[in-house]
Amino acid sequence: MADVNIAQPKPELTKEKQLDQFLGQMSVPLFFAFLCLLGIIAANLNPRFLINEILTRLGRNSFLVLSLIIPILAGLGLNFGIVIGAMAGQTALIIITHLQIGGLPGLLLAFLISIPFSVLFGWLTGLILNRAKGREMVTSFIMGFFANGLYQLVFLVLIGTLIPLKNPVLVLSSGIGLRNSIDLIAINKALDHAVFGPVKLGPYNIPLFTLLVIALLCVVISFLMKTRLGQRMRAVGQDMNIAEVSGINVNKTRIIAIIISTVLAAWGQLIFLQNIGTFNTYNSHEQVGMFSIAALLIGGATIRRATIWNALVGVLLFHTLFVVSPLAGQRLLGIPQVGEYFRSFLAYGIIAVALALHAWQGKKK
Amino acid sequence: METKVLTAKDYLNKEAIRAFFVGFGLPRLIISGFLLILFILAFIMKMDLTILLSDSLVRIGMNGLLVLAMLPTLVTGVGLNFGLPIGFICGLVGGVISMELNLVGFRGLFSAILFSLPLAVITGYLYAALLERVRGQEMMVGTYLGFSVVAGMCIFWLMAPFKNPVMIFAIGGKGLRYTLTLFQHFGKVLNNLLAFSLMGVVIPTGLLLFFAFFCLLAHLFFRTRTGLAMIATGANPLYASSSGINIRAMRYTSIILSNVLAAIGAIVYAQSYGFLQLYTAPLYAAFPAVAAALIGGATLKKATVSQIIVGTILFQTLLTIALPVTQTALRGADISEIARMIISNGMILYALTRAERR
Amino acid sequence: MPESYVLELKGITKNYFGTTVLKGISLSVKAGEIHALVGENGAGKSTLMNLIFGMPVIHETGGFEGDIFIDGQKVNITSPRQAMELGIGMVHQEFMLLPGFTVTENIKLNRELSKANLVSKTFGSSFETLDYPAMQNDTSLAMKKLGLSIDETSLVAGLPVGYMQFVEIAREIDKKNVRLLVFDEPTAVLTESEAEYLITAMRLLAAQGIAILFITHRLDEVMACSDMITILRDGEMVTSISRSNASLERIAELMVGRKLERAQLPPRAVEPHDQDLILELNNLQVQMPGEQVRNLNLKVRRGEILGIGGLAGQGKIGIANGVMGLYPASGEVYKDQNQIKLNDSKDALQSGMAFVSEDRRGVGLLVDESIALNIVLTSIEAQQKFLQPAVLPGVRLIDKKSVRSYTLKMIKDLDIRCTGPNQPVRRLSGGNQQKVCLARAFTLKPEVLWISEPTRGIDVGAKQLVLDLLVQMNREYGMTIIMTSSELTELRRICDRIALVYKGRVAGILRPDASDLEFGLVMAGKKTAKEVG
Repeated sequence: MADVNIAQPKPELTKEKQLDQFLGQMSVPLFFAFLCLLGIIAANLNPRFLINEILTRLGRNSFLVLSLIIPILAGLGLNFGIVIGAMAGQTALIIITHLQIGGLPGLLLAFLISIPFSVLFGWLTGLILNRAKGREMVTSFIMGFFANGLYQLVFLVLIGTLIPLKNPVLVLSSGIGLRNSIDLIAINKALDHAVFGPVKLGPYNIPLFTLLVIALLCVVISFLMKTRLGQRMRAVGQDMNIAEVSGINVNKTRIIAIIISTVLAAWGQLIFLQNIGTFNTYNSHEQVGMFSIAALLIGGATIRRATIWNALVGVLLFHTLFVVSPLAGQRLLGIPQVGEYFRSFLAYGIIAVALALHAWQGKKK
Repeated sequence: METKVLTAKDYLNKEAIRAFFVGFGLPRLIISGFLLILFILAFIMKMDLTILLSDSLVRIGMNGLLVLAMLPTLVTGVGLNFGLPIGFICGLVGGVISMELNLVGFRGLFSAILFSLPLAVITGYLYAALLERVRGQEMMVGTYLGFSVVAGMCIFWLMAPFKNPVMIFAIGGKGLRYTLTLFQHFGKVLNNLLAFSLMGVVIPTGLLLFFAFFCLLAHLFFRTRTGLAMIATGANPLYASSSGINIRAMRYTSIILSNVLAAIGAIVYAQSYGFLQLYTAPLYAAFPAVAAALIGGATLKKATVSQIIVGTILFQTLLTIALPVTQTALRGADISEIARMIISNGMILYALTRAERR
Repeated sequence: MPESYVLELKGITKNYFGTTVLKGISLSVKAGEIHALVGENGAGKSTLMNLIFGMPVIHETGGFEGDIFIDGQKVNITSPRQAMELGIGMVHQEFMLLPGFTVTENIKLNRELSKANLVSKTFGSSFETLDYPAMQNDTSLAMKKLGLSIDETSLVAGLPVGYMQFVEIAREIDKKNVRLLVFDEPTAVLTESEAEYLITAMRLLAAQGIAILFITHRLDEVMACSDMITILRDGEMVTSISRSNASLERIAELMVGRKLERAQLPPRAVEPHDQDLILELNNLQVQMPGEQVRNLNLKVRRGEILGIGGLAGQGKIGIANGVMGLYPASGEVYKDQNQIKLNDSKDALQSGMAFVSEDRRGVGLLVDESIALNIVLTSIEAQQKFLQPAVLPGVRLIDKKSVRSYTLKMIKDLDIRCTGPNQPVRRLSGGNQQKVCLARAFTLKPEVLWISEPTRGIDVGAKQLVLDLLVQMNREYGMTIIMTSSELTELRRICDRIALVYKGRVAGILRPDASDLEFGLVMAGKKTAKEVG
């Protein structure tokens, strides 16, 4: 056997370069950690309150943020369409409220009911996104608004006109449309307190079961990425054309990714609402996409790369900021709204910066 | 031989009919049909059509410039200007300054426009510089840049050193109010100019003329050398640069023009509404304008002045008529907001998912 | 008993929208044989490849006639997937590799080895976990077959270009049943030593019994490794010969060879000559991907029709694009002794040059705009023609009336078949679109006209018309024409001289009546011809 040897040049990754890369990836979370620290000092909050608040929010939001990871890996970018998943979750909640099934069984039933809705919505979203390759994000963003219109049409107009529903707890006094807010006392903290009851660790309330569920989801996501399906998604995420040539059904893979994300978002919204204990029929889902995406990005994710740690760190940082900024604004400038506006400025701003950086780097290539 | 000629003719006719429908566009047909049904409903329910028509005219004039602001960026292929709030806010700043100086009537209006112009040009340039670097993602970056500017400006409204007592919060003595009444300044000056009533329909002559004037300017502009260069840039950037056109300059110019039109549009909108709405009010300013342009038949790469006018008329009339008609029909449930959401976002989705022809 | 062939093609004919691109091709490849397929651009090589590989483009355009046999079995290949299942592997010209995946992951893409687990037992094989050790094992085996060692776990993104090619090949031979490997111009992107090594690897593979179909236009490589050589020309098979019967010169001649059909062209009052130059290119370099121009020198005589020929990828297309400012260029260009600013289309246009691009729909036309606008817009922008003063001082608007009458005249002069000046050019046929491109250029009243691939994608009748038009412009108005074309026939038909480009430089300038052999050798870089005149 002829053995002509061409020595393979080793790409030398010096320690310095590795450090650079690490800092590059960590710079965003580090910056926001610094900002959080400043906010905490300025707000001068009771640390017990702060930690309790953050624990609650970690349990409340992490699932939603984690639902964003798979579409990113499959190359679909930030899935602004998780609002649609949230709507599926809320639909399930409305159904169990109407059926008057509460407690953990009620919540579990809601998880179950949300599946057909979110699979259907996810499939439709996937179909549409496949028609808008290269502008998935703006399309999913607009789809969120569009679906919101349909959602309102169903629950504000069709209930009582086309859909016969006569439940005085849910329906407005005019007989048409659902009430603006629906009480969820029946399932409040049903998951947080499941199995173990209300868990307290010293002064801190721990939503133990929810945290376990989130941990399970993390395991499931990392398992999924190690399977053949996960490998297909990563391949599609890198280059649709090459994936297609190697015989991967690109469109189908993308639709699966979106369906998974939508189902997870529906469940995430259920976890979110069972913790809060009440929901605004027409508003609760609206901010879900924006806040989850901002959290993920603050955790150091980009439009093409996201890890479970990005999600968890992001939730931690974003919600710390969320808690402290109004108080910090109040104490520093005497105007609490400044803090609130600053908060939404950061949320919008980080998304704008992430999008711009993504496009910028994409162009350089 | 004769039959052959006939078939060819037939084919041409069919082709022409098909071309007409394709050209007019399915969405426009649906929306026109929907509008027609609403009018018939209104008529059957014996509603006062004159009021509906008067309101429609006002809303057309008040939104027209904001829709026209979509034109330059569509023509040069930058796409829908989702960053419209940026220009919108420049207009608001101009209006606020004009109020602070206690300028009233047309002086108030035109000075507001004058104050907003340099701001709109500068921010437009910066915005253009950003969009040039994020080509391909202009719409998303524009949207979120617009959102962040709106949020950032909220802090400005709170902290800005305005002193006029009619503008600042009654308690605390600092920060602008959420909505500022314009009636003592330049509220409705354009609406009332030469306004007259025709068979019960009030015609806001000044407002409509102002819109028409800008449409005419735009129409003429796209017949100048620069305007034609913009059209070429949008239609085929390679053709344009091979014709010696500086395509980057054309894109910059179009974005700045769009920003300036948005600023003027915001002032016209405010004077017609009678209030300056600050803080988060401009957040979604881009959406109705985007939807109207698309309903008119504009695509992400091509648009004309007439499409802008048609789109504005269709969309705004629809919204004006939908509210009272459905309210009466559905015992109080207000679907105008829902219709706005579904139609405008459905329209944008349609535009985004249309297969690009090559 | 006839010998058994891995691949047999019989009477393959393929039409694209009425143009025949392949005509009755028959060819057979034995196991362990390296079969070279050579031909000029447009000879039909890539269509033939697409056909064997079942690319969708073939079936979307109406399929083909003739039969394909694999191992003596008649097959109907409708998708790349099916081709793979039949044991056909393809090494693409562009790398089909994911930069963010490791060598192993790329080689095993969509053919991953995996292990069953609890989830996969319930939900199906998609959920099986990847078995990296086994995949790496396979990878190093495939690498060994190529006589190569690469760290299987390194990312493809960090590999040198030459290695990517080998990863591609490794992927193909890792497919267990692979019997036929198709190499589509594999050496185009390789350095000389890498190319040499590739040839060695190909021999190695053939020795292991794999049949290889090797598409190239580098003749020395053909001579170096192939067993059989098939030559295509204009979609027809010229011949199939064994290497022992072939020589480099003979292949070159067969590749180009055509009966010269140089029609009698009208004479000129004064023939162009070297003392009266209109254009001089010195050390021109153009960064056009795939068509790089490197240190090219060329002198153009006033009033001549100069042809620029050469094989694809050698840089002939880059010249006009560089001079006219469409691609980054450096060097010096003088027109009538005045230096022209490079990278500035405006300056090039204003110096009296015009360009009809090879990329008609990409560069040449605004497909959704009217014929009229397409024709006049460049003149409006570069020369401020067709404008009239408006109400405001300093503002000039397009003069629709004169645009219309001018367009009508052009439609008549160039015989553009259309419904009128306002028809969008999208609806015109290829030939009429090309006439619109010509009209756009003529409107600039250029002294020098650059025109690339003037007859690509248009039907035969229109081809003749376009060429006649060029001759007419040249003879009547003395317009200097520099025509770049992949079709040697048309260059030889109307040009006064033909410059052949090889590796980004002019390898030689030949008279149109020079011998086929000479053209073939100069184009293949085997010979440099002295300037003739």
